[in-house]
Amino acid sequence: MTDPLATSGTLLAARTLAAVAPGSAALAPLQAWTGETTLQLAVVGVYLLAALALGLIAYRVTSREAEDYYLASRSLGTVVLLFTTFATLLSAFTFFGGPNVAYSFGPEWILVMGLMDGILFAVLWYVLGYRQWLVGRQHGYVTLGEMLGDRFGSTTLRAVVAGVSIFWLFPYVMLQQVGAGQALVGLTNGAVPYWAGATLITLFMIGYVVVAGLRGVAWTDTLQGLFMLLVTWAAVAWVVSAAGGLGALSSALAGTRPEFLALGGAPAAGAPYSVQYVIATAVTIAFGVTMFPQINQRFFVARDARVLKRSFALWPVLVVLLFVPAFLLGTWAAGLGIEVPQGSNVLPLLLNEYTPVWFAALVIAGALAAMMSSSDSMLLSGSSYLTRDLYRPLVEPDASDDREGWVARVGVAVFALGSLAAALLQGGGGGLDVLVTIGDTAFGGYAQLALPVLVALYWARTTRTGMFAGVLGSQAFYLAHVFVPEVTVAGVTLLGDAYLTWDFALWGMLLSLVLTVGVSALTSAAPEEDARTFTVGAD
Amino acid sequence: MASSTEMARTVRDYLWILAFAVLIAFAVPWFLWRDATVVAGLPVWLWWHVGWMALAALVFHAFTRSAWDRGMAIGTDRAAESTGSTPAEGTPGPNAADAEVHDD
Repeated sequence: MTDPLATSGTLLAARTLAAVAPGSAALAPLQAWTGETTLQLAVVGVYLLAALALGLIAYRVTSREAEDYYLASRSLGTVVLLFTTFATLLSAFTFFGGPNVAYSFGPEWILVMGLMDGILFAVLWYVLGYRQWLVGRQHGYVTLGEMLGDRFGSTTLRAVVAGVSIFWLFPYVMLQQVGAGQALVGLTNGAVPYWAGATLITLFMIGYVVVAGLRGVAWTDTLQGLFMLLVTWAAVAWVVSAAGGLGALSSALAGTRPEFLALGGAPAAGAPYSVQYVIATAVTIAFGVTMFPQINQRFFVARDARVLKRSFALWPVLVVLLFVPAFLLGTWAAGLGIEVPQGSNVLPLLLNEYTPVWFAALVIAGALAAMMSSSDSMLLSGSSYLTRDLYRPLVEPDASDDREGWVARVGVAVFALGSLAAALLQGGGGGLDVLVTIGDTAFGGYAQLALPVLVALYWARTTRTGMFAGVLGSQAFYLAHVFVPEVTVAGVTLLGDAYLTWDFALWGMLLSLVLTVGVSALTSAAPEEDARTFTVGAD
Repeated sequence: MASSTEMARTVRDYLWILAFAVLIAFAVPWFLWRDATVVAGLPVWLWWHVGWMALAALVFHAFTRSAWDRGMAIGTDRAAESTGSTPAEGTPGPNAADAEVHDD
């Protein structure tokens, strides 16, 4: 029997797509509009309006300039930076995919999350993020591509980094829109059709992202993050008290799925979790997260070092506060005998059973918040990569700041409507499987960028040729493993899911490191390259 | 010229690296693999996770208080005077001379 979680496709899909099956919910028959539907939509509507109102307030203090629009003039404080990064990290996975995995395979993903987001990402927050912040503050960088392009004197490198980033980002945004549309279909039993749900959420996002830029996104993220925490803990309190306490829940679990209590599952029962799976998932995603445009750009926005320090130390606490309760809910549902039909999500079903209608609607609003808080940031960052790294250097080099700010807003709308169109095509019956595959494997794709960037930030001898080799070589390796079917040559399986039981994404990262360092060592810097760009001076 | 204070700083740097390595290595309680002991309604390995994350937050906090900036080779007066070779940055080597050329 093959390991159900071992293939890389599932591995990364688990994190992204909330286990919603595109097409299935979209084709659900329209249900009658009931009083319940009105209540549910009112809850979601109030939430959406609150987000929009916050965006409008942020708009009043946002200037027309690009740096203020993208980075809120590098002025974010601890609470806002912490929550905007946190909320941005969370996608539909927190409420749908994660609990679904915990329901089917046990709660081990809590540990994956702890290692990945609580520890590894926090360390990278310092090693990569703080250094980027120092360098960015000195030179006024807004994007990763801009930083690398300047250091290595290469517009091409800048465009390549932006291009690779957008390649992985676009389908990922699309998946979030698919998820949002389906969440509304599920909530209202089909009274709000898929296309209407996806479109509504997209228009709301365009609304506050276009008018208010990062400040609006950060403020709404803070609202969304707090909201998610609150709702999750309320749900836990409700379910625990209704089920008769923690002890009763674990006894129920011991009766129905005893292997869920053991770390890594029972030894004999084809245990889904392996040590390799836990490590590969945590490492790949933690490094991948740092290169997602919306996360990477947040490395530039802290007001001062104190903000970064506080966020760094609070990180593991936030991770525990959110993921432990969210994933335990999924696990408990298995013990409580909740039946989950194919294509449904466990959390809404559990809450329908144990909590009132309005509360279940609140949790769906929380899930929408999770999707929107990721997508809005991705739209903004995606648009900044488009305009700043591709449009401005390649198309209109002497655009004024005002003009760039304007192009950026058009970019947001174009990016959002483009991915919406793809989401509608996909949700209406599929046909864009390539995009779904790219979105599902995005974390691994971004992870390939992380080590070359780290090397460039710390090793003065890194050369432009080394960067091209590391970035393009690992992307080619990774894409080949995602798209080309595996072949067996002389008894050795190539292009498969793993080599020596370790996921190919990890091997790709190793390759990116070897290529960047090796080729840099063999080549010399061109005259335009300036290692001192990344030397961090005192003020 | 490695004065005793500088040696002490280097030792502290390595201790921090060790602390981080331990935090990463035992974020998952590998020694509890396949263990299903339940305490107070939750598996022991889950309690380990909660405690470990709290410990991580404390260690991170201590790091920001006493060692933040150490790995960054920030151009304080002393670092700027020296060759800039901290463990994290590596030795600039031939490129140090290279960098002198492009003064703009």
